[in-house]
Amino acid sequence: MNTSPTQSSIAGVMGLPEDAARTWTVFDHLHQWVVTVDHKKLGLMYIMYGLLFFVVAGIEASLIRIQLAVPNNHFLPPRLFNELFTMHGTTMVFLVGMPLIFGFANYLVPLMIGARDLAFPRLNAFGFWLSVFGGLLLYFSLVGGMGMTGAGSMPDIGWFAYAPLTSPAFSRGHSTDYWTIGVLVGGLGSIATAVNIITTILCLRCKGMTLMKMPLLAWLNLVMCGMVLIAIGPLTAAQIMLLFDRFLGAHFFDTQAGGSAVLWQHFFWIFGHPEVYVLILPGFAFASEIIPVFSRKAIFGYPVMVGATVAIAFVSLGVWAHHMFTVGMTPIGNTFFAISTMLVGVPTGIKIFNWIGTMWGGKIRFDTPMLFCVAFLVQFLIAGLTGVMLSVVPFDWQLNSSYFVVAHFHFVLVGALLFTIFGAIYYWFPKATGRLLSERLGKWHFWLFLIGFHVTFDTMHIPGMLGMPRRIYTYEAGRGWDALNMICTVGVGFQALGILFFVGNVLWSLFKGKRAGNDPWDAWTLEWSTTSPPPEYNFAEPLVVKSRRPLWDIKHPTDPDWKFE
Amino acid sequence: MPLLIVLVLALATARVIHEIQDAPHPPAALDVQVIGHQWWWEIRYPKLGIVTANELHVLVSDARKRAPTFLELRSADVVHSFWVPRLAGKTQLVPNRVNRMWIEPTRTGVFFGQCADYCGTEHAKMLLRVYVHTSEEFERWVSEQKSFAASGPAVAAGRLVYERTACINCHAVKGTVGDGRFGPDLTHLMSRETLGSGVLTNSPENLHAWIKSPNRFKPGVLMPAMNLSASELDQLVAYLATLK
Repeated sequence: MNTSPTQSSIAGVMGLPEDAARTWTVFDHLHQWVVTVDHKKLGLMYIMYGLLFFVVAGIEASLIRIQLAVPNNHFLPPRLFNELFTMHGTTMVFLVGMPLIFGFANYLVPLMIGARDLAFPRLNAFGFWLSVFGGLLLYFSLVGGMGMTGAGSMPDIGWFAYAPLTSPAFSRGHSTDYWTIGVLVGGLGSIATAVNIITTILCLRCKGMTLMKMPLLAWLNLVMCGMVLIAIGPLTAAQIMLLFDRFLGAHFFDTQAGGSAVLWQHFFWIFGHPEVYVLILPGFAFASEIIPVFSRKAIFGYPVMVGATVAIAFVSLGVWAHHMFTVGMTPIGNTFFAISTMLVGVPTGIKIFNWIGTMWGGKIRFDTPMLFCVAFLVQFLIAGLTGVMLSVVPFDWQLNSSYFVVAHFHFVLVGALLFTIFGAIYYWFPKATGRLLSERLGKWHFWLFLIGFHVTFDTMHIPGMLGMPRRIYTYEAGRGWDALNMICTVGVGFQALGILFFVGNVLWSLFKGKRAGNDPWDAWTLEWSTTSPPPEYNFAEPLVVKSRRPLWDIKHPTDPDWKFE
Repeated sequence: MPLLIVLVLALATARVIHEIQDAPHPPAALDVQVIGHQWWWEIRYPKLGIVTANELHVLVSDARKRAPTFLELRSADVVHSFWVPRLAGKTQLVPNRVNRMWIEPTRTGVFFGQCADYCGTEHAKMLLRVYVHTSEEFERWVSEQKSFAASGPAVAAGRLVYERTACINCHAVKGTVGDGRFGPDLTHLMSRETLGSGVLTNSPENLHAWIKSPNRFKPGVLMPAMNLSASELDQLVAYLATLK
């Protein structure tokens, strides 16, 4: 603190770089992060927030698996078990999945389209802090949920909170209120950020970047944000109706007063199914950037990939009731939703063929980001196939709400989304920090997590087919589920070990990792043209691009892409 | 090509949906109401006048003499789901709504099922047994369930305990003043194999322990411990043990 207050405040007002002689305290650093409106800092905070809750929800999952390892286990009391699976599901979707995808969108979209920030930086900060507030509200139920009536510390209603289990008669205390308000507030944050990203992509692309010359990541995030705008609305409406029921004596979902339990299911799944695609489209986005770079080929079938993305988004808005085949719909209703669900398989199949087409004949480098993406391809294919199986209504009548479904959606959310997120972290970590993650630790992480994932979730399909319903805190011995559940639990140990390697890798590489330089992967999109980490203004001068791979054009002036596009 | 696959799959699916959901109801079919409660199953045979709990008795069906059972599914509180994996797919029991499904077992025996939609604390202990009988066995079961003997003087004290405490608010026994419907009907309690919707084998000793402290075996169960004195408890169990 050698400089006089006058000097530093003048520097602040003028927007000049701080005096180098001034010593920064911890609080200065903290202050800088808390008040930032920089899309990169906010993106990193989103990602750190998501990873923090990922560890929390992972611990919750581990406790659930320990309880189920052997029949008639008394490790957890029933109520706590129910609270843990509710919190695991809610946390993973709203406090891990959403922050992680928005974090990457925040960080990458402006850099990849050659913009200096999002269109509305302050709205961006507002959206982020709303999401944080939502997450804290949800976990505040641990403290505040006891409330005046003394029941419940965490919500125990399941992540889709079927009415009337959420009505005051069946859910006393305030834990359900914290769940409702937490999800509501987090959803508002998501809407704010989605508006921001859409505006940025439509208005702030650099010169020469037409929509069809954008990186696929930008396209997929554009569609994802459009879906957020459509999907979060019904969820927010339903949560407000639920609050009316709980506090003002309304009867939307209060069946004892003539309300409708089925109405909640429709509202929730009109949100819930598009939400799955909101989560997985950014996963596709990461794969669509990483696979070409590590195959040393441009993406195969770019226009078809864009078309397939829009088709997936469109069809996915008309499939929600496939979560409700057991609710007693008419044969016509069941048939409609079966067909629309099967149709989703067509554009997603096209995407898988295009990724394989990109790798075909390429000079593939199996670095850690690519390993995660190859595993993603295989696992997403399996997830898609079990998805088509579940769209066959009579099959769904048998396996809906069983462990088969649990295995299916963990293949989507872990096997596809989480694997691509890990790939993305390995791929863009050098851009954000200036240092590469260790390849050796990364391969440990990959293989341990891959083995653990398959031990747990491949096995998990079978108890479902043998009649094990989901969300039971224990089961009797001798129904054929015992050994299978033990195997599932053992797999969690491998996954946890893999995550330890990941955390260790991040911490070690942050300080000791190899210097990355601007472009460690010899990639082709704009974010690699600036320094690592990028300066606050991203690019010193306005950029002009002529093709989908601007850095290829610069690196190969005699053979530029724009001649062929 | 992919659209062709979708088309074939869709047609096959539509056909099976139609065959299951639009199946005609043969006049000989057995009609049963299943009502979901937190955390037990109420089973009613309206045409036979039988009320029981957690055990569904049905007829075996064969090609020459088809005997499907048509279920009318309702819920008294939250959403439940009826699932006996080896007999049929599942259907939800939704409050304020009547759902229907049918089963047609082709061999005799006991089939296990349980609630398949999360319905609160003891969702895992909402177990169901389906007994598939030949027609003679079924007739015998029906006649047993229809008859009930007035309890003898030996257990009059126990019956008084039942009739004078809050037991009657929730549990019915035919021929007494008790007609509660919040808990399982106890008219033929001892004819059932389990207690507490499958948490304990049914025996006088287990019944004794269960009534003393239901929460010990099924944490969160809605049946309270009645704080009966030791002698009252013995008398009550002696009475209940006669309800065959």
